[in-house]
Amino acid sequence: MRKRILWKNYGSLFGLIAIGLVMSLLSDRFFTLSNLINIARQVSINAIIAMGMTMVIITGGIDLSVGSLVALTGCTAILAMRLPGSDLTGIIVGLGLGAIIGLLNGLLIAYAQIPPFIETLAMLTIARGTALVITNGQPIVRFESPYRWLGEGMIAGVPVPVILMLLILGLTHFILSHTPLGSYIYAIGGNEEAARLSGVKVNRIKSIVYLISGLYTGISGMILAGRLGSAQPNTGEGFELDAIAAVVLGGTSLMGGRGSVWGTLIGVFIIGILNNGFNLLNVSPFYQLIAKGVVIIFAVLLDQILKR
Amino acid sequence: METQKSEYLLSMRGIVKDFPGVRALDSVDFNLRHGEIHGLVGENGAGKSTLLKILSGALRADSGDILLEGNPVSINNPRQSRELGIVVIYQELSLIPYLDVARNIFLGHEAEVGSHFVLHRQKMCQEASKLLKEFCSDLDPQSLVAELSVAEKQLVEIARALSQQSKILLMDEPSAPLSEREVEQLFNAIRTLKKQGVTIVYVSHRLEELAKITDRISILRDGRMVETRDTQSIDIEEIIRLMVGREISEHYPKEHAIRGERLLEVSNIAEHGEIPLQINAGEVVGLAGLVGAGRTELARSIFGANPLRRQRLSFLGKSIQPNSPAEAINYGIGMVPEDRKEQGLILQMTILDNLTIPMLSELFNGLSINRHRQREIAQAQVDQLKIHITSLEQQALLLSGGNQQKVVLGKWLAKNCRLLILDEPTRGIDIGAKFEIYKIINDLVKKGIGILLISSDLQELIAMSDRIYVMSDGCIIAEYPGGSTEQETILNCISRGEK
Repeated sequence: MRKRILWKNYGSLFGLIAIGLVMSLLSDRFFTLSNLINIARQVSINAIIAMGMTMVIITGGIDLSVGSLVALTGCTAILAMRLPGSDLTGIIVGLGLGAIIGLLNGLLIAYAQIPPFIETLAMLTIARGTALVITNGQPIVRFESPYRWLGEGMIAGVPVPVILMLLILGLTHFILSHTPLGSYIYAIGGNEEAARLSGVKVNRIKSIVYLISGLYTGISGMILAGRLGSAQPNTGEGFELDAIAAVVLGGTSLMGGRGSVWGTLIGVFIIGILNNGFNLLNVSPFYQLIAKGVVIIFAVLLDQILKR
Repeated sequence: METQKSEYLLSMRGIVKDFPGVRALDSVDFNLRHGEIHGLVGENGAGKSTLLKILSGALRADSGDILLEGNPVSINNPRQSRELGIVVIYQELSLIPYLDVARNIFLGHEAEVGSHFVLHRQKMCQEASKLLKEFCSDLDPQSLVAELSVAEKQLVEIARALSQQSKILLMDEPSAPLSEREVEQLFNAIRTLKKQGVTIVYVSHRLEELAKITDRISILRDGRMVETRDTQSIDIEEIIRLMVGREISEHYPKEHAIRGERLLEVSNIAEHGEIPLQINAGEVVGLAGLVGAGRTELARSIFGANPLRRQRLSFLGKSIQPNSPAEAINYGIGMVPEDRKEQGLILQMTILDNLTIPMLSELFNGLSINRHRQREIAQAQVDQLKIHITSLEQQALLLSGGNQQKVVLGKWLAKNCRLLILDEPTRGIDIGAKFEIYKIINDLVKKGIGILLISSDLQELIAMSDRIYVMSDGCIIAEYPGGSTEQETILNCISRGEK
């Protein structure tokens, strides 16, 4: 099964290797252990968001609210840490808020039948607005807390965010491949009516999927705030596009019904290596945006040619 | 315990179902005996699908009672229906393409071979294999459904039904997409189910099949139950008479036209000694073969939808290589595809738009579309083909299968094409509408149009074709004259893959 999925994503894997080779030729600092670990740490935030996005997109939906939600959960968590109690309270509040907003997305999409694109677009602005309101539009200055370990810590030389990314990768793969919930996620995207007639509680499953996406986004929000050592209400802009690009690069169909976490992981690394490589090469961020778009188009084209 | 056992496993009494403007079911009584195979027939719109949907919980009856083993039950949603042991296999197969066979079979009831939260993959695959083996199928439970053939998918659906310990299995046109040999496999599967005590409702337009497989037959007409009879006591002629409410003197009104010039010749570059396919004006050429023999691929290649490089095409004596349907249409080639809902029509658009899509460029004068002319052309086709519609602005979605098929045909007639490819033009439509399609075919060849007819209904193919080619493995392996050839001869050739 896994072999087959990897084979289906052969195109993007090929693209990843090609980009990696080009980068190591262009910069001798690229293919070093410290840089590779650095890349893994840099991609972890997008990877965790993209894992949730993969599930959402397999059901045939989309979640545009993740970028703003990264900011909102981060700001809320840090504000909550100022309250009496422990730093742990802050994390619980941040993750809980992510899950609640995700669930709210799911409920509005599943039960009120608002198209996912519209609903999560609306949530994107609501979450961003809320983040600006609770922080007065100002970053919450540097703070010191053991909680920063989430973003900066290391275990046996491996950054904590990378470990979290691997755990969530494993969890998501397990959900998709080894649980009834996973079957239902593919079923809803593949043939929603058939799923309903098979007794799948379609609305409930959709709600759960958006909840997971919100929760994963909350985890990313915690990592990012920990990394920055501050809460920025304007952070996370465009994260939703990076996550969607990673999912699509990984061969998941935007029409729903097919896709895998392994593909998404490859997609995440393609984007991560591009960002990292361009920085090593001192490419201006403005050109980086253009180059990233062009590479994505070529990667997807290559994939389609190979699938033919 | 068994003393109270009622005569019928399931009885539906006085079922009424209204749709806006139509009474789909009018106090219908329907009784199923324990362990029988019960055929359900009727023209399209007679109410068969509505009846099945009420049983499966997809629709609710407006009034009437349903009794299971003598006890009244209510079926309000698909879950309740399934809990009562009723399972449906729909016409449009309802499997999930990118899940493997085992996960499809146990979709929605995974807990039976694992838990509610975790799949036991190994046990699931073992159970799935066991179920499939009962139908002599050694499908790998780990293969993706998207990679299976239609017949294999159907076996998966049946295995799925069996895995749910179903008491009553409703099958809606299960044989429609299958070739003759695959139908035999299906029948074996159905007989296996019967031996296990499953009661089966079998809906089909192929009456010969009903005569072969069913114990009793119920006939619906215009939302009313006309009659239920033992299969042995009724013949096909009588079923047809009861279905349509009138006599149809012959099923296939074949008329021969004058054969004209050579329209199309297809030869295979790679294969030596292969028979070239030739179609002349005024001729119906049939294409027989199993599903997967390459008939649709050949048709789509001629039409430029999926060009096959290994074929050489010549049209009216000139070598052509259509790379897109648009090019093929310019040569004068039209195609009525296999799947009218997915490929033949744009369901949300109006009948007017559907009928005139291929010729919009001719109606466009550079600034606007000539709406008046467009309506004239569409109306002419509606009149000529006797398409039953309320207005040209009606959505194609709302038409019955037969009328939809006529719209697809009409779109090409309006375009005045020379060669028309008909891929399974009568699949899933009722006898009355089939008869009309045959007449349209007659009219077309009389006008000098050449027709390539693909059909899995051999009787139809033999009766309506002037010549028949048999395909196997992407190649044409034999040619027979139409009309006179015995069904067995062609069947033999198809199933052996050689003449």
